[in-house]
Amino acid sequence: MTLDHRLDAEYEELRRTVEQFAHDVVAPKIGEYYEQDEFPYEIVREMGRMGLFGLPFPEEYGGMGGDYFALCLALEELARVDSSVAITLEAGVSLGAMPIYRFGTDEQKRTWLPKLCSGEMLGAFGLTEPECGSDAGGTRTTARLDPETDEWVINGTKCFITNSGTDITGLVTVTAVTGRKPDGRPLISSIIVPSGTPGFTVAKKYSKVGWNASDTRELSFDDCRVPAANLLGEPGRGYAQFLRILDEGRIAISALATGLAQGCVDESVTYARTREAFGRPIGDNQAIQFKIADMEMRAHTARLAWRDAASRLLHEEPFKKEAALAKLYSSEIAVTNAREATQIHGGYGFMNEYPVARMWRDSKILEIGEGTSEVQRMLIARELGLTG
Amino acid sequence: MVVPACRDGRAHSVREVGLFPMKIVVCVKQVPDTESEKALRPEDLTLDREAVDAVMNEMDEFAVEEALQLAERTGGEVTVLLMGPEQGADTIRKALSMGADRALHVVDDALRGSDAVATSAVLAAALREVGFDLVLLGCEASDARTSLVPAMLAERLGLPQLTFAQKVETDGTEITVERLTDYGHDVVTARLPALVSVVEKINEPRYPTFKGIMAAKKKPVRTLDLSDLELDATEVGAAGAWSAVDDFTVRPPRAAGELVKDEGEGGRQLVAFLAGRKLV
Ligand SMILES: Cc1cc2nc3c(=O)[nH]c(=O)nc-3n(C[C@H](O)[C@H](O)[C@H](O)COP(=O)(O)OP(=O)(O)OC[C@H]3O[C@@H](n4cnc5c(N)ncnc54)[C@H](O)[C@@H]3O)c2cc1C
Ligand SMILES: Cc1cc2nc3c(=O)[nH]c(=O)nc-3n(C[C@H](O)[C@H](O)[C@H](O)COP(=O)(O)OP(=O)(O)OC[C@H]3O[C@@H](n4cnc5c(N)ncnc54)[C@H](O)[C@@H]3O)c2cc1C
Repeated sequence: MTLDHRLDAEYEELRRTVEQFAHDVVAPKIGEYYEQDEFPYEIVREMGRMGLFGLPFPEEYGGMGGDYFALCLALEELARVDSSVAITLEAGVSLGAMPIYRFGTDEQKRTWLPKLCSGEMLGAFGLTEPECGSDAGGTRTTARLDPETDEWVINGTKCFITNSGTDITGLVTVTAVTGRKPDGRPLISSIIVPSGTPGFTVAKKYSKVGWNASDTRELSFDDCRVPAANLLGEPGRGYAQFLRILDEGRIAISALATGLAQGCVDESVTYARTREAFGRPIGDNQAIQFKIADMEMRAHTARLAWRDAASRLLHEEPFKKEAALAKLYSSEIAVTNAREATQIHGGYGFMNEYPVARMWRDSKILEIGEGTSEVQRMLIARELGLTG
Repeated sequence: MVVPACRDGRAHSVREVGLFPMKIVVCVKQVPDTESEKALRPEDLTLDREAVDAVMNEMDEFAVEEALQLAERTGGEVTVLLMGPEQGADTIRKALSMGADRALHVVDDALRGSDAVATSAVLAAALREVGFDLVLLGCEASDARTSLVPAMLAERLGLPQLTFAQKVETDGTEITVERLTDYGHDVVTARLPALVSVVEKINEPRYPTFKGIMAAKKKPVRTLDLSDLELDATEVGAAGAWSAVDDFTVRPPRAAGELVKDEGEGGRQLVAFLAGRKLV
């Protein structure tokens, strides 16, 4: 057995590079995008140039030849500074490109991956619908194969879809009911819908509590036709496919949540040293020191949890439970750390121009997206053999 | 112009365009992170380099970027040259991750305490050893900030020196730079081989990609010591230094600024303040 707390040199170099990028490029500019509810094209382009969108993909498809662990390291470092750019990367890679890489034909990979890897194009994954989120098997969107034109005809609505309406969005992979099993249960498939396909409409941006510089939209499909060849993977395997994608995605969200939790520590340490009250820095008070020590403890533990899950994934070991544990723990402590960091910042913590205010607003969604905390607990209990 | 005698025997001044790839050597220094607190060691009044994070001299990131862009445009190859202790390997790896092809690391205990004169002697010997068509440097290191190395190095190698470049263009035979000046810029042209030092305006250094980081592990790094360069230990390091630090005082804490409250006269007060310091 090998047990080592150190990162390999190349992972550490990647981590440091992204840390520097986040500090030099993201931090000075993101506040304004966030305030204006604007997508940070300029920063995303730079992230593309750095190869972040290609991290876990092989070089033959334009990727960086890295792995999922490398992606998670980058996500953590970005989220230490800002979650909107981190979720743009997470959704672009883990939800946008990964399904095509995992389940696509060679042709589909060659068509889409090079552009997705370079960050010139963003991909999205549309699973959630107005009437079903946690219960993804309840999908109402339908796709019917028209034998005359050899096309899928898609009808339905998807909601809360990240990266689906930017100027550089190239595709949305949607889940849809394509038939029924003999027992009447739906057969769900995944289908690639290129942006701009007639019948596919992207609504205007939601007004959100957090992640304000990330793009989230409602999508509607009204007799939207795409070639039969746009089916992703085997027909009727859509459900199993997105479960796999969501299992991995939880590790990525966990890394992102860890970054937010750590960012709260970073900001609080600096502030506690410089802000004075009663004639001395507030950080000289044990009450504040203990708060920050607890925050550091939580961030550290969350990091161990996602790294453990990621390491199992890389070694092709079962990782479902560990991914759920990591996602559940890190998202809940991200909310706690953000609340405490805001408290340490006093009134300034309630001002949008302070990074901790952004972190506070950005933290809550982590307990909801890519499987709510309740869903994670259900998964963990099921893995422990509890049913019912 | 003196043609430097290069040990690889290539006669640089008659290099035919396209016959050989252009050989660019970029000199890179490892310096203490400008964001960390620096201190001199009381025993010998040299910088306590162990106490601070070491990074690539920021200006040299621009030199590396320019070297890579020139190599990409002209089909050349880029060698990184660094003089410094073992830990300089981190800085070399960063330059290789950005895309440089190979590196030369001059390491020797006797180099400790080298000043600009000694540094330029060592770099000159190393450059003769590897051969080059173009030498690129940053215009200043952020720690000692003498800006002397480029000029001294050009002098030692008998190369035309094109310093403070904000733009570089070359066809492989000649090189033209825009040289930043107080009044704008000069346009300076020289034949290769030549030496160029760059300013921050010249480009935007790339961040290494993960592919670059992985590839860097397999790139050749040659390590040389003083005997490899046939240099004498008395010519370099503290022993050969022309300058020495006798004493130092810690910079006084910054004085409180002057607060101008705008009550209708704010603009005038600001101008008066700047004019009082001869800034406008
Ligand atoms: C900003 C943002 C971005 C998003 N991006 C995407 C995206 O890119 N792609 C995508 O497909 N979706 C996306 N989503 C949707 C997100 O994944 C869902 O909102 C989430 O899965 C929860 O689904 P729901 O909103 O339908 O809640 P519901 O499923 O209606 O749940 C409501 C509440 O009931 C609880 N609950 C449900 N069932 C049970 C149960 N059996 N036992 C106990 N409690 C239960 C839930 O935990 C939750 O607390 C995004 C959402 C947001 C806000
Ligand atoms: C006050 C003071 C204190 C000093 N303390 C120390 C000390 O503690 N320890 C010590 O070793 N030296 C010390 N020095 C010496 C100083 O670090 C050297 O003089 C330096 O090697 C050359 O000058 P520079 O850093 O000003 O380079 P500059 O001339 O400003 O650098 C210009 C460019 O030259 C290149 N370059 C410079 N140095 C190297 C290198 N080593 N390898 C590759 N390329 C290079 C880079 O491209 C750089 O951008 C001190 C000098 C001063 C003035």
